[in-house]
Amino acid sequence: MQLTEKQQEYWHRNLKITAVLLGIWFFVTFVIGWFARELSFNFLGWPFSFYMGAQGSLIVYVWIIWYYARYMNKLDQEYGVDEGEE
Amino acid sequence: MAAQPQSNKAFTSQLTKVYGFYTGGFIAFVLILAVAEQMGLPRVWIGYLFLAMTVLLYAGIGIMSRTNDADEYYVAGRRVPAVFNGMATGADWMSAASFIGMAGTLYLTGYSGLAFIMGWTGGYCLVALFLAPYLRKFGQFTIPDFLGARYGGHAPRFVGIIIAILCSFTYVVAQIYGVGLITTRLSGVDFTLGIFVGLGGILVCSFLGGMRAVTWTQVAQYIILIIAYLTPLVWLSAKQTGIPIPQAVYGMQLQKVTELEIKLNADEKEIEVRGIFAKRAAEAKALLADIPKSLADGKANLDKNLAAAKEAKDDAAIAKAEAAIAKFPKDETEAKAAWNKQAGLAARAAPIAAHGEAFAAKDEAARTIAKKNFLALILCLMVGTAALPHILMRYYTTPSVKDARASVTWSLFFIFLLYFSAPALAVLVKFVVYNDIVGTTFAALPEWVKSWQAVDPSLLSLSDINGDGIVQRAEIAIGGDIVVLATPEIAGLPYVVSGLVAAGGLAAALSTADGLLLTIANALSHDLYYKMIDPNAPVARRVMLSKTLLLVVAVLAALVAAQKPADILFLVSAAFSLAAAGFFPALVCGIFWKRATGIAATLGMAAGVGITFYYMMTTQPWLREVFFGTPRSVPAELWWDINPISAGLFGIPLGFIVIFVVSLVTPAPSKEIQHMIEDVRYPNLKRA
Repeated sequence: MQLTEKQQEYWHRNLKITAVLLGIWFFVTFVIGWFARELSFNFLGWPFSFYMGAQGSLIVYVWIIWYYARYMNKLDQEYGVDEGEE
Repeated sequence: MAAQPQSNKAFTSQLTKVYGFYTGGFIAFVLILAVAEQMGLPRVWIGYLFLAMTVLLYAGIGIMSRTNDADEYYVAGRRVPAVFNGMATGADWMSAASFIGMAGTLYLTGYSGLAFIMGWTGGYCLVALFLAPYLRKFGQFTIPDFLGARYGGHAPRFVGIIIAILCSFTYVVAQIYGVGLITTRLSGVDFTLGIFVGLGGILVCSFLGGMRAVTWTQVAQYIILIIAYLTPLVWLSAKQTGIPIPQAVYGMQLQKVTELEIKLNADEKEIEVRGIFAKRAAEAKALLADIPKSLADGKANLDKNLAAAKEAKDDAAIAKAEAAIAKFPKDETEAKAAWNKQAGLAARAAPIAAHGEAFAAKDEAARTIAKKNFLALILCLMVGTAALPHILMRYYTTPSVKDARASVTWSLFFIFLLYFSAPALAVLVKFVVYNDIVGTTFAALPEWVKSWQAVDPSLLSLSDINGDGIVQRAEIAIGGDIVVLATPEIAGLPYVVSGLVAAGGLAAALSTADGLLLTIANALSHDLYYKMIDPNAPVARRVMLSKTLLLVVAVLAALVAAQKPADILFLVSAAFSLAAAGFFPALVCGIFWKRATGIAATLGMAAGVGITFYYMMTTQPWLREVFFGTPRSVPAELWWDINPISAGLFGIPLGFIVIFVVSLVTPAPSKEIQHMIEDVRYPNLKRA
């Protein structure tokens, strides 16, 4: 009943991509947020930090979730843990 | 909505067709009303028609989806396609506060308001990365279900039930309050009656068909609310900038607003008005220093005036002096209230804070406090998003883990459509106010300003403070909600669009209330009754019990909402902090750390919620008054200057620490539980 090495590798790769995407999430939200006053140069008409808060970070969030879903679906198939069709 | 089993693909295409027709039908309905309005249909009728049509529609979907089957009732049969679950989650998620309140908050607070935009979207990253796919693989009915199975024993489940009810109930009271407000505005009926009409719509739907009915209604509600939000905004943008894509061009308008802010702050007349406010506030503050003496002095002074006027036999002066006496506070409580209100005018004496500037404040120390609170609030809202049971429950309804992942993407995409538009709306409306309203004469104010001022002075009131007949920015007092409510009129659209906006707000409030009520009823009937009290209860009785509880909880929430409790916004934010501190650490550790034990999770949840609640209780003015009788004027002792709204900031780490430490000193979970965790981690685990 032990997990195979391949199955454990799947989990570790999942953890790795989760950590990387979480890092991006953290950077966009809290690092840019922390330096919001310093980052107020003009960006397409908006102050950059305002643009990030109102639009930029939201686009990154959608991208993170979309990319994770795509990456994991591929990983499922690669490691044979996908659910198959219907 | 056919009951017979069929392939997911066929089901999805059938749904697409149904909702396509539905959207077309809805647009046709609005157009017909628009024509009818041109032909002279009175406004009241438009309001009634919108109210009746939408509530009947939701009820109709509820009746069509009625069910007594447990899988259908609790998780909509687990065959909601990813896109539709995304829309349903969007409606479930976006409450009256998002729809009506958010653009107003952004108008009033500028950059600081973006904490809500980021917090209420970025949380979905946590849902996607940490929870949704794993909960779907686990595949039960509720969040306490997961806690009970993962941690074993009744204690974790029981604490989970309490937290689920605590945060959902505070939230649902706010929604029903919103329903009452909008129904009143839409049709002019009494507030309490409005609450119960809206409640009827909620109940027919969730009562008959549970999650299944709620899901299909929420999809319908999402479509209405997004059309209602974007139509006036696009129109306003086209009118103001010539380009109908407000989200792409409002940067330009923000620059103009910033220039106007600088100009207005330096304007002599503006400074004069602000000076008058500062003077009035200072006077009130002096009066408040010794209330009995101020009261006696003021009274004596007025009596002297009256006597002098009588002596002079000046009728006009007598009337004036009598009016002044009638207006003067009668006793100390009244005096305190009146003067406190006047002292509050100090806020209107302040110059405009720049809309686009981050953490605008008077000095570096104040800016740092603003920054800390901004980031703390974002964190609490994000983690709270990833812990509210009515949202997480939605990911049980997809056909597969793969669909659950895709469904989070769709959820955030549909939420994003509204959230990236709200800041644009705030800026466009601000430009109208600074550019078009400020500087006109009071006689030449546009029609919408006059009518809203008459409808509700707390939303909009202009008074000629310095008596020059011209509107100064500082003379305008504005309530946030008007930004969304008045946009159709500002954009010069017919009244039918105002009806549409109100219907959108109603859809937002009803859909969220539906999801929340279902969560509470399920926690009680499924988790408490079936899993803990009577595990042999037949399905029919469980579903029936859930339906009965739904009624009881709904009526309770309506009764609380009818009392118009203070600080509605605080209630909503409190729900997020409580959910964040209570659920998030236990759920994440349950999936990602096999060593986490049941005792640890129970203590962690209790500690997280406990400290969050304690901090709110001791620092939030209203709660402090309720629990300890501390007067509001006493300053609260804050920890690291963190506002009570972000109390979860202390609860979340404490929850993690307690789970970590206690797990290490208690025996590891059993083999079966460890296997269950492994199963949850793989969409399809074939064991060797």
